[in-house]
Amino acid sequence: MDGVGVTITFWILAVVTLGAALGVMAARNLLHAVLFLILTFIGVAGFFVLLSAEFLAMAQIIIYVGAIAVLVLFAIMLTPHAGRSNGETKMVLPAGLLALCLAAIFVFVLTDTDWSTVSTAPGVGVTGLGEALLSTWVLPFEMASVLLTAALVGAIMLARNPEDEIPEARS
Amino acid sequence: MSVGLENFLVVGALLFCIGLFVALSKRNAIGVLMGLELMLNAVNLTLLAFSRFTTSPNPAAGHVFVVFIITVAAAEAAVALALAISVYRNRSTVDVDQITLLRN
Repeated sequence: MDGVGVTITFWILAVVTLGAALGVMAARNLLHAVLFLILTFIGVAGFFVLLSAEFLAMAQIIIYVGAIAVLVLFAIMLTPHAGRSNGETKMVLPAGLLALCLAAIFVFVLTDTDWSTVSTAPGVGVTGLGEALLSTWVLPFEMASVLLTAALVGAIMLARNPEDEIPEARS
Repeated sequence: MSVGLENFLVVGALLFCIGLFVALSKRNAIGVLMGLELMLNAVNLTLLAFSRFTTSPNPAAGHVFVVFIITVAAAEAAVALALAISVYRNRSTVDVDQITLLRN
């Protein structure tokens, strides 16, 4: 991937994405953390465009920013007395050490390895993705729909309030 | 100046580690879920980077995996947030330090 534009875009996206992820970590208010999370999702969608996966970038925007972030916002607003604090438990030191050590190992291994890469993109368009989904991966595709149905029913069953039901509907 | 595979992989790895720290250290259960979403995004980024920069007999495989991960992440977020609301209704808190029913 050559070109000044690609390089500048990559570094801007890297700074925005990792900075927003650090904002999720550091924000003291949980609602601010959700806003930083949305910015992280948008940055990752930008990376998807840079990796010539336009369809997945759109799916990322629609599903993560449009659905999951709104779901998280709803969950925060439906737990009003739990506090908006985004504080840490007493596990913050071991967790920080683990994350730092893992990051150091990852960065060392990834930069030290001699990857055999190709310069031309394989060019997987929406057509190729759709054909692969409905030919090679048709069984996981159907199982994903079953999983989504089960998750939908399970989420409704878990989140409904039994005391709010109409008495005659219960009998 | 050029951007190679390792640049994308390092960004994905750092995003994963930040998500791991958020998921392990946050007090609020919804904060833990946000860390999980960060980790899933980092994995998606890594899969797409490998799909873009390497040859494969099945070039759409990385994209298909990302589609499935996004699907499972959506299902996981819906169920986990419903669980958080259900716990809040019974215990009036989503603080993971105070949800210790099994300890007593």
